[in-house]
Amino acid sequence: MAQATGSVPHHERHHAHHFKTGMEEFEACKQGMWIFLVTEVLFFAGMFMAYAVLRVFYPQMMKDVHQLLNWKMGALNTVILISSSLSMALAVSAAQRGEREKIVRNLWITLMFAAGFLVVKYFEYSHKIHEAILPGKLYAYHELSVAKAPLFFSVYFVMTGIHGLHVIIGMGVIYWLIRRASRNEFGPNYFTPVEMTGLYWHFVDLVWIYLFPLLYLVS
Amino acid sequence: MSHPASAHGDNYLNHSHGLKSWLFTLDHKRIGIMYLFVILGMFLLGGLFALGVRLELFSPGMQYLTMDQYNRFFTYHGAIMVFMVIIPLVPAAIANFILPMQIGAKDVAFPRWNLVSFYVYILGATIAASTLFLKGVDTGWTFYAPYSIKTGSSATLVLLGAFIMGFSSILTGLNFIVTIHKLRAPGLTWDRLPLFLWAIYATSIIQVLATPVLAITLLLLVLERVIGIGIFDPTLGGDPVLFQHFFWFYSHPAVYIMVLPAMGVISDVIPVFSRKPVFGYKAIAAATFGIALVSFVVWGHHMFVSGQSDFANFVFSFLTMLVAVPTGVKVFSWLGTMYKGSLRFDTPMLYAMGFLFVFTIGGLTGVFLAVVSVDVHLTGTYFVVAHFHYVMVGGTLLAFLAGLHYWFPKFSGKMYSEGPARLASWMIMVGFNVTFFPQFILGVLGMPRRYADYLPQLTTLNRISTTGSWLLGLGFLLVAWNLARGLKSGRASGPNPWGALTLEWMTASPPPHENFLVEPVVTDGPYEYRGEKALMGDNA
Repeated sequence: MAQATGSVPHHERHHAHHFKTGMEEFEACKQGMWIFLVTEVLFFAGMFMAYAVLRVFYPQMMKDVHQLLNWKMGALNTVILISSSLSMALAVSAAQRGEREKIVRNLWITLMFAAGFLVVKYFEYSHKIHEAILPGKLYAYHELSVAKAPLFFSVYFVMTGIHGLHVIIGMGVIYWLIRRASRNEFGPNYFTPVEMTGLYWHFVDLVWIYLFPLLYLVS
Repeated sequence: MSHPASAHGDNYLNHSHGLKSWLFTLDHKRIGIMYLFVILGMFLLGGLFALGVRLELFSPGMQYLTMDQYNRFFTYHGAIMVFMVIIPLVPAAIANFILPMQIGAKDVAFPRWNLVSFYVYILGATIAASTLFLKGVDTGWTFYAPYSIKTGSSATLVLLGAFIMGFSSILTGLNFIVTIHKLRAPGLTWDRLPLFLWAIYATSIIQVLATPVLAITLLLLVLERVIGIGIFDPTLGGDPVLFQHFFWFYSHPAVYIMVLPAMGVISDVIPVFSRKPVFGYKAIAAATFGIALVSFVVWGHHMFVSGQSDFANFVFSFLTMLVAVPTGVKVFSWLGTMYKGSLRFDTPMLYAMGFLFVFTIGGLTGVFLAVVSVDVHLTGTYFVVAHFHYVMVGGTLLAFLAGLHYWFPKFSGKMYSEGPARLASWMIMVGFNVTFFPQFILGVLGMPRRYADYLPQLTTLNRISTTGSWLLGLGFLLVAWNLARGLKSGRASGPNPWGALTLEWMTASPPPHENFLVEPVVTDGPYEYRGEKALMGDNA
């Protein structure tokens, strides 16, 4: 199926009965995915709003406390996620051309980057948990005595935690794609799931690109 | 009159058999019907709590409930009615069934997600309702911090339940937007879209844009309770007013999630029973979007006394009054539709006219409350309670009943008895006004909402209100009995008993599994009744 001519689109896979063509189904999925991403933006927007309010209420605290975060780790994770977006994009384009090995290879690379991101995050989290640099009431780190410091870590843990959860869910979906791609299910006539996951993954990446400077590089 | 249901034999009800064929169905019609029954079950539950609240308020002092139980009763009444009944009522139940049919499609764009949304709703509702058997919840449906952080009740589970049900709402909205965009029949251009669908479309946009904000808000509140993150907790440096901002940023638009679909039902019902093209089609569609747009920038009117700045109060007050403009456009367009029409007062039309009457009172009292100086006096009183019940019960619920009676023949292929249906509509209309109109006066007299007790001089008005609640309850029971009887032994309705022109009536009742045997082609607008009287059914 790999090199089917583009002029006869989507005839190989049986699309759902309520769509007239596979193309119509693809367009519907794409629109649905974009709307879903809008809901994701608004979900995170609540957190960004809470962050902004804290910045306004306690600017000095945010500035002093953010130094407890290791910006080098954050920067490393930024590089990792941006690279994973590249491999994801390559996987999508390979899927559109039906190059099975390339799809699988690039999806594995993406999955590895995602795992790498979580490993770095694990070291950051475990260090903080060890030092009792924790959100809200749980905060018990006494080396740095800045009033309201626990609030910063509330925002930090909730934002990065929800983001991390998105990474983990993405990894599950990518693994499912690898299984399907190995069975040669994707090609020029049907690559919807790969493209949709790609959109999701770029979104997860983009959120981190905002989180990194807001949390690690306060000035 | 032969009815095609028997001619084809196959319809969505007998297409497959057994409980499993319902529980795992991807058919939007069956999912809509399942939603309908579950939501009506929740409505019964929420209604019983309301009757309990009214019963306790029959006399001053405490008679039947302890104060703690009273707090739980009004909280469950509010939370169940808002999150489990009025938000999904018209979109998830009625529109699920009707939307794909009105655009001539076989199903919604994502049937699997449609079923997922149903089970997500069930999961959320089950988790929230499970607290009935635990410690209950006593925060009020608004979950205001810091009390919701401190309360020893099972608030965490209710918050999680509402959080989960939010996903169901988002999935429904997303599905409908894509369905309307991608699956319209040939010839069904945007300016031929029934106004019910314009309303559902605008509602879906609000669901998609506002619900995620509620989700993060509830999640933060859960974390607040579980690990004490402090963002809304003043003792840790957080801000409880921030919670109110977050909450109302969703919950004000949510009011329009509740009322826009109701307006959509009215826009569809009135032209049918006036035998006239709808007056101001484009104005109504535009007003629908006007309301949706303004709904996002008025949330601060819930917080005039929460320590908001005077400037913010001024801006929110002004913006809130703006809502009256598109709403007024709609009300006058509906009246314009009826003007010089050949009116027929079948049950759906009775409910629609009831809607016009009470919804207008609800809307106008909303303008009173938008005025800051008046609101400072009335906020937190029964005036507010009466106002939003006029909008939600008088508006959404009456419109739902209009829609339920209007589409009942389409759902079931049967007719209900008109006599009891009309009687019930009058009982509900009278019972509703007797229940809630005295509450406006009670509010002006200063009776605060959510209190289990009141001053003896307010007894008479409270007794009138409680008596009305019994009549209202009986009216609902009569509706249920009459529709159940229609379902069991009603006469066959035929495909189009009202002589309506929208697409769902152009196929058999109940519709075949794939809605239409041949894909319809649309050549005209949805309300072109000129010279259409010949189409009228034999139901006069």
